[in-house]
Amino acid sequence: MTRTLAEVILSRVSGRDVRAGDLVIVPVSRVMVHDSVIDAVMAGLRDLGREQVWDTAKVCVFVDHAAPAPTPVVADSHRVLREWVREQRIPTFYDAGEGVCHQIMVEEGYCEPGSVIVGSDSHSNSYGAVGAFGAGMGATDVAVALALGRTWLRVPESIKVTFTGRLRKGITMKDAIMRVVREIGTDGARYACVEFHGVGDLPQGDRITLAGMTTEMGAKAGIVVGTPEAPTWLRPDRDARYLREVTIDLTTLEPQIAVPPRVDQVVDVSAAVGQPVDIVFLGSCTNGRLVDMQQAASVLRGRRVAPHVRLEVVPSSRRQFELAMQDGTMQALSAAGAVIGSSGCGPCLGRTGGVLAAQEICLSTANRNYKGRMGSPDASIYIGSPYVAAVAALTGVIDDPRPYLEATEEEFDALVARRRAERPERGAASSRSGDRSRELVMASARSGPVVEIDD
Amino acid sequence: MPRAWVFGDDLDTDQMVPGRYAPFMVGQDKFHTYAFCDARPGFAKEVRPGDILVGGENFGCGSSREYAVAALAKLGVGAVVAKSFARIFFRNCINLGIPALESADAVEIVRDGDDVTLDVAAGLLRAPRGDAAVRPLASFAQEILSAGGVVAYLREHGDFPRV
Repeated sequence: MTRTLAEVILSRVSGRDVRAGDLVIVPVSRVMVHDSVIDAVMAGLRDLGREQVWDTAKVCVFVDHAAPAPTPVVADSHRVLREWVREQRIPTFYDAGEGVCHQIMVEEGYCEPGSVIVGSDSHSNSYGAVGAFGAGMGATDVAVALALGRTWLRVPESIKVTFTGRLRKGITMKDAIMRVVREIGTDGARYACVEFHGVGDLPQGDRITLAGMTTEMGAKAGIVVGTPEAPTWLRPDRDARYLREVTIDLTTLEPQIAVPPRVDQVVDVSAAVGQPVDIVFLGSCTNGRLVDMQQAASVLRGRRVAPHVRLEVVPSSRRQFELAMQDGTMQALSAAGAVIGSSGCGPCLGRTGGVLAAQEICLSTANRNYKGRMGSPDASIYIGSPYVAAVAALTGVIDDPRPYLEATEEEFDALVARRRAERPERGAASSRSGDRSRELVMASARSGPVVEIDD
Repeated sequence: MPRAWVFGDDLDTDQMVPGRYAPFMVGQDKFHTYAFCDARPGFAKEVRPGDILVGGENFGCGSSREYAVAALAKLGVGAVVAKSFARIFFRNCINLGIPALESADAVEIVRDGDDVTLDVAAGLLRAPRGDAAVRPLASFAQEILSAGGVVAYLREHGDFPRV
């Protein structure tokens, strides 16, 4: 047999033996809907003449794209969404602050391996982290799936991506997938499924990073082979035929940076060293999990972000947020000066929480750096790993994170001082709330009690 | 006569309607007035019903936002002709009743502002400097388009076209 994983899945769910190029109409195991499209989805259902979704138990609804509501218009849209959820009696509803739809879909177990899931968001490819065929679609396609419980697909060709070797310290699977995007380009996987080999045993979060970023290559789906969640039948045939095969050696991988305004304009970090940044965003469905925050905290713990730089941390879900509070990661990031946003999409798509001004330069751990993506069309967005983000927050410039992870305290401070000194002057230095009162307490402790408390 | 609006490769949906002008940010009655507001200022005011967008590779990549296509539909765009389409954008066009047609050479032949006519039967986009061959759509997509979009098709037939 020569079936790819996409052909195996779509043959099984369509009930006939299909190959790349065939059109299939398939049942969906879930439909994911989020706040930014709900109006159009409801209009679609109304126009279809359907009062009710086909199966309330299989619908997952999220408020995450502009949450909590930044404007009265958005707030109204959220109110309408909540009323719709109540009227439809949809039990699976995650309101503002619970997290990014994709993170919750995967970590709360809504993605059945080997099934087809339609999502109203382009990064629905993320469900391939656990072996599901997740495909992002527009509002009308989503409305149709909600009405019929089925969707149509063209069976995609597949691109096989094999990872070999082991990641070295300071390198992450974000670097690995950016290396793949660099190789394949923003349209190299158009209409195709990207099949990942050699990484099935990675933590679930790393697999979400991989599967979700296949969207940036134009892919219909991105699926990790051999995950712990996958049943035994869920694997490609040994002689599967691929459109293209790409092998990436993790051992020799360098930190990768996407240079604005293209996600596939990717360079080794050495080519971007010294690039000043104004704001650093750590978050999104790509890199907003505990491990991402831990990696950033490993650089920032006990230190303070550069005075002229802002760091915004947005956990990808409440679960990830609480885990990061339990182990002190969140405390370390806050003490370093981070703004902690409520779990959700944050400023990734420029609608809420820390959008960019004209001329501002951002280093983001998210997945897109298009012009205007995070706010002003005259802002610039670089994309990197959580380690790169942490070092950028600390120094105010893009730098290779590895020397920082190996340095002694003195060497570390010298590296930071050098980079900060080299950075051209931009923005304004910020004080940290609490610093002044701490200094006053210290001063009063040195000079004895200043005020007699008399009550 | 319809006018051609010519764009390059990898035109993403953030260029068509930036996220900050999503219908649920500015209202259902306004979002289309921001079509190409950064990438092509003046477009929303000047575009006429029936006008044709011509593009290069990977037209409509990026976010799944259907309102990018809804804005084009609302402004009356008659067709999109490009070297290749991003998959979600392509589906959205067919679903909302805008022909999305592949043409290897339209973007080379057609100049911005040209008067053009789309001759679907002949498979040609006719322009002053010559005709560009346009690939016919699969019958599945053609059936949906001829009904005016997927909603209209389903209302009429109750189910998808046969595959």
